[in-house]
Parts: sequence; structure tokens; C-alpha cells
Amino acid sequence: MIRLVLRSREPRWLAPLLICCAIAITYLLTAGPIRWAGANPMAAYRRYVIWPLTSGDSLGEVLLTSTPLLFTGLAVAIAFRAGFYNIGAEGQFLAGAIAATWAGTTFDGLPAPVAIPFALAAGAVAGALWILVPALLRVGFRIDEVVTTLLLNPVALLCVQGLLNGPWRNPVNQFPESAYIGSGYNFPKIIPGTRVHLGFAVALGLAALAWLVLARTATGLRLRAVGLTSAGARFNGVSVERTMLSSALVSGAIAGMGGVSQVCGLQGQLTGEISAGFGYTGIVVATLAALTPIGVVLVALLLGDIVVGADSASLVLQLPPQMGQVVTATLLLVTVGILVLRRYRPVLSRRRKAAATMARVASREEVLR
Amino acid sequence: MIDIPDLITAMFVSATVLVYAAAGEVVTERAGVLNLGIEGTMYSGAFVGFTVADHTGSPWVGLVAAIGAGVVAALLMGLLTVTLGVNQHVSGIGTTLLLIALCDFSNRLLYSGASVYIKPFPQLFQHTPIASQYLLTYIGFFVVVPFLAWLLTRTGFGLRIRAVGENPEAADVAGISVARTRYAALLIGGVLMAVGGAFLTLAMVGTFTLNITNGRGWVAIALVIFGRWRIWGAVVGALLFAGIDALQLQLAITDTFAHVPREIMIAAPYVVVIAALAASGRNVAYPGAYLKPYRRL
Repeated sequence: MIRLVLRSREPRWLAPLLICCAIAITYLLTAGPIRWAGANPMAAYRRYVIWPLTSGDSLGEVLLTSTPLLFTGLAVAIAFRAGFYNIGAEGQFLAGAIAATWAGTTFDGLPAPVAIPFALAAGAVAGALWILVPALLRVGFRIDEVVTTLLLNPVALLCVQGLLNGPWRNPVNQFPESAYIGSGYNFPKIIPGTRVHLGFAVALGLAALAWLVLARTATGLRLRAVGLTSAGARFNGVSVERTMLSSALVSGAIAGMGGVSQVCGLQGQLTGEISAGFGYTGIVVATLAALTPIGVVLVALLLGDIVVGADSASLVLQLPPQMGQVVTATLLLVTVGILVLRRYRPVLSRRRKAAATMARVASREEVLR
Repeated sequence: MIDIPDLITAMFVSATVLVYAAAGEVVTERAGVLNLGIEGTMYSGAFVGFTVADHTGSPWVGLVAAIGAGVVAALLMGLLTVTLGVNQHVSGIGTTLLLIALCDFSNRLLYSGASVYIKPFPQLFQHTPIASQYLLTYIGFFVVVPFLAWLLTRTGFGLRIRAVGENPEAADVAGISVARTRYAALLIGGVLMAVGGAFLTLAMVGTFTLNITNGRGWVAIALVIFGRWRIWGAVVGALLFAGIDALQLQLAITDTFAHVPREIMIAAPYVVVIAALAASGRNVAYPGAYLKPYRRL
């Protein structure tokens, strides 16, 4: 039997080695389904990872696709960092999308310099409100936040569907889609010739801000302390409740802004498919990023890369696009699984060894006798 | 007018899925593992059950295959949360994402979007109101649920499950293998979740469509809390939810309730559970080792 034993210290080369192992294992595990679909795994991975980076058009699509993941990944990372396990980024994202649509269809005449900050603020408030109840229950009553944040996701989706089937149904074609938002709300494109919009820049700005706050300020130190050891933080005079509550609210606000970015930057209206599970993928992003803002940017770009590549692979290699999600989820599980070895080292169980020694001693005694 | 026998019949049909899933989740959570892989496990039960039933022509073979899918999903969760001690929420969400993606991928390869119908399980006692149900519904309510309630509260095995969920250190000292017990609980739970999912394709619907579980796994998570981690409590919750769901389907055709959005009714269980958690404040009786991996130092 193999047992895991706590390491006294972690060798420097270990983390990079484990990450390489995780990538290799993910490749081996996913090669089977790719072959089953009749494609060559090497060709598929080249398509997923390298091809999207080779042309300006597809590179733009990568940045566009990674935009919502930047928001949700950052949101999850900040909350997890403070020890608040926010599984509800999906719901907060949808709440932000609802708020943006409300702003954009109710006050549709506003000019862009007013409209865009207004929509972002409305989305941030909506996202923060969506996480408020679980956050208050956690800090007030110690009610576990994993389940409460999770259960508000379907509620948010039902709100979207209820609005689209009811009051917000498109008056023109009766489809369950909202009317288009006012023209002032549409995010400007920031790279000519692509669909990359202001939301990407906002997300990068938030990531930079988050890095600055987490790494360079007292607030960031308090937040990390609460997440690492809440008892220790409390002993040193940190208000654990206030820190956790505010980081949860910031997390919800960022996820909400992601919803705004998707409505105002890409779709121009609210639809039932506004979030393709971005909140859940945000958990993947934040975890693979080791909860660091810089990591979130890199991982969100990588996952965006894989999504764009997977869409292309479905056309070129006839490989169903869901393979991209299979790769992403496998990478997540393999990585979190293997990174356990950073803190624990595998040893052969002593019990078996001890039993073998005992048997040897016994047999020798037998011989001597 | 509301057709009461019809309503009750529909209630038991749609409650069956939730009863299997929630009962499975109660078992895993009592052992201290919040299995957020439930949605993916149900989804893979639904897909594997359907595919195998379609290829063999027998829903029974499909059901057995779905149970196999549940075992695989449970072993994956066990490897991550028990053997390796990874965060339960990250492993659960990851497992759900992986299983759903794998099923959608396979569905695309095997059926490329065509909708294929299988010959589903027949209903027993047809034309008899209320009693006209699927065998799996009868088994669920009259065999699985009483058996699990007995297992958890009246047997040594059930006591061991609850012990590793309440205080794994004490259980370990008392000579109980925490890992083995948690694996056993995950396996029981995974099989039940997969059967619940398979009931959708093999009985209720007769085909597999994308997003077929439609968040029922999350409903089951809510029902477990609603039932305060007791099997019978979860069953009552499932019946209430299914009853309200069936009622609103009937009310929607009447004039007075036609304008009440269906979504409000569907959102009710989540909101009720969160309100109940808020109302009970600090007195929520979580299993003691909820969300905590266990490892000897």
C-alpha cells in the first residue's frame, strides 16, 4: 500500500515537475476519446493550443472567449483566497447580466460615457447583492457557504428565464430574448478588426488591481491571513467577519461585472444562454491559477485558447467541440489531484514492510530452532 | 379543475428521480463527503443507461450499465476526496463538469444530434389511478428508502458511516477505516444518483436530450438539507417539490394562475432551503466532518 506522509519541506523543483506530469497525464487520458472520435491526439492538441495563436482573427477570438472567464476566475480566486468558498459565480454573473439588461433597456438613451460606468456599477451591485445572503449567513451564523452559493445559481437562471418568458420577452419576434440595449451601452471594440471589447480591458485592469491589493497592501495581507488561518488572523486583531464579508461582496461584484461585459460587449441583449457555465469554469480557472490574479489571466487565456481551438477542431477534424471541456475538466482534476504531492510524499506503507520484517524474523527463528 | 389522482400520479413519477438522488446524497454527506459530482453522476446515469438500452434493446441492461456509470463516478470522487484529500467542492464541480462533457461528447459521436427513442420501462397497473407507476418508483419508495433509513440508523455499518462523518479521528481510533467507509458511502450514493438519472431516460422520457437532468442534482442537494440529513426527510421534501411542480403544471392551464410564472414555483425549493437555513441560524445540524478531508498525521 502507498501512503501519503506530510513533507517537512517542499523541494523547489517539485511544483514545475508536477505540473508537467499533470499535463502529460491529461494528454494520455484524453488521447483515448480523441482517437475514438477518429482524430489524431497530437493534431487535436496542436489545434487546441497552438492553432488559435497563429492568426490575428483567431487570437482575437481567444481574447474574446477568455473575457468572461477572467471575470469569474478572478471573482472565485478572491473569495477562495479569503477562505470563502464561493461556488455561486454563475448566479452572480447572471445577476449582473440581468442588471445590465435592465439598465440598458430602461435608460436606453444615455450616452456611452455615462451608460457604460452605469451598467458596470449596476452589474457589480447586482452581483454583490446575489452573494450577500450566503455571505451574511456565513459570517453571522457559520452556515456553510458552499451549498448556499451553489443553490442560488439555479435561482438566478430561473430569474433570467422568468424575465425572458414574461415581462422581457422580445416584443418584436416574441422569442424569449430581451430587447437590445441602448446603443450607448455597447462596449467599444478595443482591437480593430476583432470582436475584443472593453470588457477584456476592464477584466485585465481588475486583475492588476487585485494583484496590487493582494500582494502589496495591508488589506490584501488581512484577506490572505483570514483565508490561511482565520484563528491566527483573529488573534492578531484582524476582523475575520468583516474581511470575509467584504471579499465575498467584491467577488460577487466582479462576477456581476462579467455578466455586464457579456451583455454589453458581445450579445447586446439578454438570452437564456448568456452564460455557458462561466461561473463553474471560473472555479476551474481560479483553482488552476493557484488563486493568484496573474495565474487567473494566464489560465483564462489558456482555456479561451482551448475553446476556440475546440470549435475549429470540430470543423477541421470532426472532433466534437465538447472535447475542449473534457480536456479542461480532466486537466483540473489531474492537477488538483497531483498537486497533493506538494505537501505530502508517497511512501510504501510501513505496515506491509513491518509485517514482512516480522515474517522474516519469525522464519529465521524457525531455522535457528 | 384540478384532477387529484392525476396530480398524485405525476407527483410520484417526478419525485422518483429526486428520491434516488437525494437518498444517495444523504448517505455520502452523512459520511462527511459533500458530493457535488451528483449532477454529473445523474447525467452519466441518464446517458449511459439510455445508450446501452438503445444498443441492447433492453432498459434493464441499460439500468445495470447506469449503475456501472454511478460506480465509476463514485470511484473518481473517492480517489479525489478520500484518497488524495482534495477540496470537496472543487473535486465535485470538476467531476460534474467532466462527466457532463464526456456524455455530451459521446452523445455527439454516437447520435450526432439525432433524437432516438428507446422502448422505456412499462408502467405497472396501467389505467389504475395513482397505482399506475414504474417498477423503479415502487422499488425506490418501498424498498430503497426504508432499507437505507434502516441501514443508516439501525445497523453497525450505518453507525460507522455516521461516525466517519461526525468525527473521523474518533472513528479511526475506534478501529474503523475512514477511507473504506467513505468509499462505501460514495459507492452507495453514486449508484443511487445514477439510477435516479437513468430513471429520466429509461422511464420518464424515453430518450436522451442535452441538459436532461436540468439541475435536479442541485435540487437534491437542497432536499438533503431540507430533510436535515435524514432519508425520510429528504423523501418528504422530494414529494413536496414534485407535488408543487405537478400542481403548477395543472394550474398553468387554469385561467386564474396562467399568469403566475412557472419559474417562481421551480425556484421555490432553493429559496425555501436557504430561508430555512437562515431561520435555524446556528442550530443547523451539519455532519461534523462536512467538507473535511481526513488524513492521519
